[in-house]
Amino acid sequence: MTTLYTVLGVLAVIGVAVALAYNGFIAKRNQAKEAWSDIDVQLKRRYDLIPNLINTVKGYAAHEAAAFENVSNARAAAMGVGATATPAQHAEAENMLTGALKSIFAIAEAYPDLKANQNFLQLQKELADTEDKIQASRRFYNQTVMALNTAIESFPGNIIAGMFKFVQMDLFELSEADQAAKEPVAVSF
Amino acid sequence: MATTLYQQRSQNAWRTAFLMAMFLAIVLAIGYGVSWYYQSPSLLYIAMGIAVVMNVWAFWFSDKQVLSMTGAKPATREEHFDLYTVTENMAIAAGLPMPKLYVIEDPAPNAFATGRDEKHAVVAATTGLLAMLDRQELEGVIAHELSHIQNRDMLVMTVAVVLAGFLAILADMFLRMSFSGGDRDSNRGGLFMILAIVGIILAPIAAQLIQLAISRRREFLADASGALLTRYPEGLARALQKISGYDAPMQRTSHATAHLFIANPYGKSAMNFVNGLFATHPPVEKRVQALLGTGV
Repeated sequence: MTTLYTVLGVLAVIGVAVALAYNGFIAKRNQAKEAWSDIDVQLKRRYDLIPNLINTVKGYAAHEAAAFENVSNARAAAMGVGATATPAQHAEAENMLTGALKSIFAIAEAYPDLKANQNFLQLQKELADTEDKIQASRRFYNQTVMALNTAIESFPGNIIAGMFKFVQMDLFELSEADQAAKEPVAVSF
Repeated sequence: MATTLYQQRSQNAWRTAFLMAMFLAIVLAIGYGVSWYYQSPSLLYIAMGIAVVMNVWAFWFSDKQVLSMTGAKPATREEHFDLYTVTENMAIAAGLPMPKLYVIEDPAPNAFATGRDEKHAVVAATTGLLAMLDRQELEGVIAHELSHIQNRDMLVMTVAVVLAGFLAILADMFLRMSFSGGDRDSNRGGLFMILAIVGIILAPIAAQLIQLAISRRREFLADASGALLTRYPEGLARALQKISGYDAPMQRTSHATAHLFIANPYGKSAMNFVNGLFATHPPVEKRVQALLGTGV
């Protein structure tokens, strides 16, 4: 009789432990997904600012059509990257856009009137800040993914993760992107 | 670099836990000793009750109290663009809600965070700080402050202050009752009495020292977690060096809020050996060394 109770007790403990671990994985995975959609919020903010910027710059430098085309294409491409794409694909599209924006700000260097335009200065500040926010939300995403990945990899979570097919998620490569963020979009005056 | 910061963070968390445990043990032992000596456990409960109520009150309303104490006004996105947006960014990176943001009119560069939890968090910076730091340095400072919030340092420090306060009240009661000559059993000798009195005088000082050691530990911890948020420890290191170069105390300070600030609000001249032992913050050189991974 005692043996039966012992076995039942051990099974119950194991059952509870598995349930807790399972719920922990679910919570961590949902946090990572939420962090992922938070990045999109910031990206959208950037997409919304870009038409304003182009219109402002066009008023002073209408003939730089190639640069505007570039930015518009990069913006469309970045917006077109689907929700199922990997962080690496997202990063690539966004980096293209960042590069195209840099060329716009480089053009602005040649137009003193534009550089003195309040609207332009404000947009420049907002865009630089949005870049920071994108970086920040990516760092937060990485933190949540790291928590998930560590839980999946370490013992005994790895057994339970294997049973329920929890898989590791991809991190954003920060080193390069962060470096770009440390060199602000703004060009020296 | 990243791995050393992670290690530092967990190391600091462990050391704090150890200090707190030791602290609790000492306080409970002394309290137990006193109540045993007087054969009255009610003494212990009363003292504990007073200390808890006083400090929980302070903890719960810390976001409002501190602000009226230091004279701060709310920061707006238009007026303080860098401060506001940097705080937004760091809150995003930390996964915290945006804290209430205040600016204090004071030429001495400093900043602090308070509030009982992340939803009632308050971050404040002095105008001197805003004028002195560039955006990256400000990012480091704000990340440090948000780390205090995320690490629940207000709670940790409140518990530490409760314990220290409890001990002080207990010691006070004990001394009063000894001198007024309450009824004592003759089987407890004079030597024990003297030892007890010496112990009860030294205990609050020891408690204070541990409390301050915890405070310094939490500063290192907030530095390390803050650097993980910005991924750029040099920013905070530069900010700390700039802040420590300013050698004048803040205009309005009080010992009650000193542990909240990013740097010692009493200025650099307050750092001799005794003050080092009684300091709420570790020396800036050590913090910079820890951030940049140079030296120990």
